[in-house]
Amino acid sequence: MRPQHHLTHPRVLHPGAWWLWSLGLAAAASRTTNPVPLVLIIVVTWFVVQLRRGDNPWAASYAMFFKLALLVIAIHVVFQALLSTQSQGLTVLFTLPEITLPASTGIKIGGVVTLEAVLNAVYFGLQLAAIFCCIGAANALGSARRLLRYMPAALYEIGIAAVIALTFAPQLVTDAGRVRSAAKLRGSRRGLGQFGRLAMPIVEGALERSVDLAAAMDSRGYGRTTAESPAARRVTAGLVLTGSFGVLVGVYGLLTAHGFGVPLLALGVVLGVVGLRLGGRRSGRTRYRPDPWALPELLAVGCGVVAATLMFVTASRHPELLSLASPTDLPPVPLLACLGILVGLLPAFVTPPLPDTSGVREDGSR
Amino acid sequence: MIRFDSVSVTYAGQSRPTLADVDLFVPEGELVLVMGSTGCGKTTLLRAINGLVPHFSGGTLRGRVTVDGRDTATHKPRDLADVVGFVGQDPVAGFVTDNVEDELAYGMESLGLPPATMRKRVEETLDLLGLADLRGRPLVQLSGGQQQRVAIGSVLTTHPRVLVLDEPTSALDPLAAEDVLSTLQRLVHDLGLTVVLAEHRLERVVQHADRIIWLPGAAQPPVDGDPATVLAGTPIAPPVVELGRAVGWQPLPLTVRDARRRSADLRERLAGTSPPAHLAPELGEVVADAQALVAGYGRRVVLGGIDLTVRTGEVVALMGRNGAGKSTLLRTLVGLHPARTGSVTAEPAGLVPQVPADLLYAATVADECSGSDRDAGVAPGTTRALFDRLAPEVPIDRHPRDLSEGQKLTLALAVVLTGAPRVVLLDEPTRGLDYTAKRRLVDVLRELAATDHAIVLATHDVELVAEVATRVVVLADGEVVADGSAPEVVVSSPAFAPQVAKVMAPQPWLTAHDVVAAL
Repeated sequence: MRPQHHLTHPRVLHPGAWWLWSLGLAAAASRTTNPVPLVLIIVVTWFVVQLRRGDNPWAASYAMFFKLALLVIAIHVVFQALLSTQSQGLTVLFTLPEITLPASTGIKIGGVVTLEAVLNAVYFGLQLAAIFCCIGAANALGSARRLLRYMPAALYEIGIAAVIALTFAPQLVTDAGRVRSAAKLRGSRRGLGQFGRLAMPIVEGALERSVDLAAAMDSRGYGRTTAESPAARRVTAGLVLTGSFGVLVGVYGLLTAHGFGVPLLALGVVLGVVGLRLGGRRSGRTRYRPDPWALPELLAVGCGVVAATLMFVTASRHPELLSLASPTDLPPVPLLACLGILVGLLPAFVTPPLPDTSGVREDGSR
Repeated sequence: MIRFDSVSVTYAGQSRPTLADVDLFVPEGELVLVMGSTGCGKTTLLRAINGLVPHFSGGTLRGRVTVDGRDTATHKPRDLADVVGFVGQDPVAGFVTDNVEDELAYGMESLGLPPATMRKRVEETLDLLGLADLRGRPLVQLSGGQQQRVAIGSVLTTHPRVLVLDEPTSALDPLAAEDVLSTLQRLVHDLGLTVVLAEHRLERVVQHADRIIWLPGAAQPPVDGDPATVLAGTPIAPPVVELGRAVGWQPLPLTVRDARRRSADLRERLAGTSPPAHLAPELGEVVADAQALVAGYGRRVVLGGIDLTVRTGEVVALMGRNGAGKSTLLRTLVGLHPARTGSVTAEPAGLVPQVPADLLYAATVADECSGSDRDAGVAPGTTRALFDRLAPEVPIDRHPRDLSEGQKLTLALAVVLTGAPRVVLLDEPTRGLDYTAKRRLVDVLRELAATDHAIVLATHDVELVAEVATRVVVLADGEVVADGSAPEVVVSSPAFAPQVAKVMAPQPWLTAHDVVAAL
């Protein structure tokens, strides 16, 4: 067995595997508003991130997504409590001062806040929060930037544009901070006019940097091997675009249970794959040390798929377990779905540990 | 290896050529230094070597540039990527990926080299440039010198025959610069690479150069020859050459070692003379004061208990390696960064930031001046009067971005001075300045210090410190490790000693000017 198939051989897992795993969990979360499986999903993502994240800057992104998730719940609750159109339930918690807008708007602000309304808001917020945590976990474990390395060769230009955007956004923030503090030194006032004035050096700086980057990329041979004819490029682009459109409409059809879903999805996938293959064949680029796709990757993806599948099975057999009839009821425990989510925990153990990058000498001493 | 046949370059919309009638031949295995003042066409010359001029920049190139037999008229920069490695002014701006290993591989991926070759070359390059410990590190976490070495490595992996570098050491502290330059030296000597580099800090580079191309500017043809010959006639020269010229040594010494061997007589003659003390003529009142100052970012302590008192009339130079806390100290003094504990008081203080253009927002110099008057709430025309006194020749309808680095710095300084600060703080003011602009800056700083101001400047430029500082404070790890007059602090330091001090040691002479005045 090659070393990449061993579960204990330290290496970095393919970022795509982490993304598919977390998409499986996110899909599971999208099917339920029952707080039990939702909280379980959040706990599972947190646990796996704790065990398998590296020490790179993006590994900290889970915490950011988690805070965002809390914010989502809070916003949900506040809006539900403030802007309820009609009373939802009988258990009155407290009454806010009420502003009644004209009846035609159908909106009232403030008024009675019931336990049912708050719980409902919390549960719906929790669903979004769980999905946020899944994305955060994917980001922390396999950065979006590393994933972009696996863009199909035909979409290489799009990939490089995305990478540059990922670099530029934080730099723009840094620049803006620098210019703003410099402006404070000049003793200039705050205000909208001021914003326009300060935007100038920031935008000019960003432009200058992009020109520099373009020059550097050109000098390093960017685009040298993609010497294909414009006609061939147009065919590739056309195929890929129609393909993705087909996939989009197909997925919409599937989700809304229209008959055209499956055939359109299949057609879209075929067109897209043909386009990517055609474009990829013409590109003469090679790839430096691609991450292997081996047994641990398959296991991680498999765990995500199991979590999603068991949730979907529960959804079709016992939908009452996944959405509560009344929010004040004690939430039931959908055993099968929870079992699936717990399978999603396994990648914390069945994926290879990260290599130790601290200074250990070859004889094992520190 | 590189041949220029009567090359002229005229950019679009300009009446005069930036380069005119340049004939050059650079044989294989030479390290060539391109020097000249700002705007003389150094960057244009370098960019013409790999075809960025005119393919990328636009404009018209007359004549012929060939590199390793390939004509840049028919080869675009990307077609020359396996012959010429080009490293631009700011290494960070040229990074495409986010970690060291991927960055080294990027050029090879573009050329479509087989994976096995890439792996081998990445390993070789990591070893060659001493980057093996950093292989997986994100590029943003590296120090300036490490980033510069990664930038060099990233073009070396395609095995070019020529390496072109635009001001590779301008942003680095003296030791990191030495590190990068000795790497280049090794590439020339061990691999037979041809290196062409432009640099303002001649004192760092001249000793490594086999040949100098001097662009006198104003579209005059370049002067080309071995370093000693060329430097005998240039208006700009490193301090050791200035000393050699003044004392009349023939041939001119280019390195501290040469000069030191020649200087035995000179040192004997000056043994009885005491060198100028480089002290402020008179100290005024205290205008900036920090006591037990602690500041930092999150859990990182950048300043760990700084005591510093600055009086008017002083020019204080803050030195120390990158990341020692120099910029943070300046920002804390001016009130941009909060002190965590300890006290800071500074009389109205003005800071010229590391990138002076951050202070400039308007479309013309004139607008900038009137905007600055409004910001500071002073009578219209105040900034303009200040700027005219500092830089009388600059046309005021020019866009601030089109000014040279020295002119931008002067304009930013004028804007800061409009607020009538008693303490003027400058962060790394000589970055990108040529010798003429630097001399101008020295005069301005001296004048300010004499007219009841205190100056604090954070800098890596030891020659500037030797010229202008009346007191040197060395920071390391957020603490003051040395504080005293310039001769006391810098003469014995291997990193911060100016060239003349190294030549004249143990006598504490700092500048060629001092020595000449004493003779």
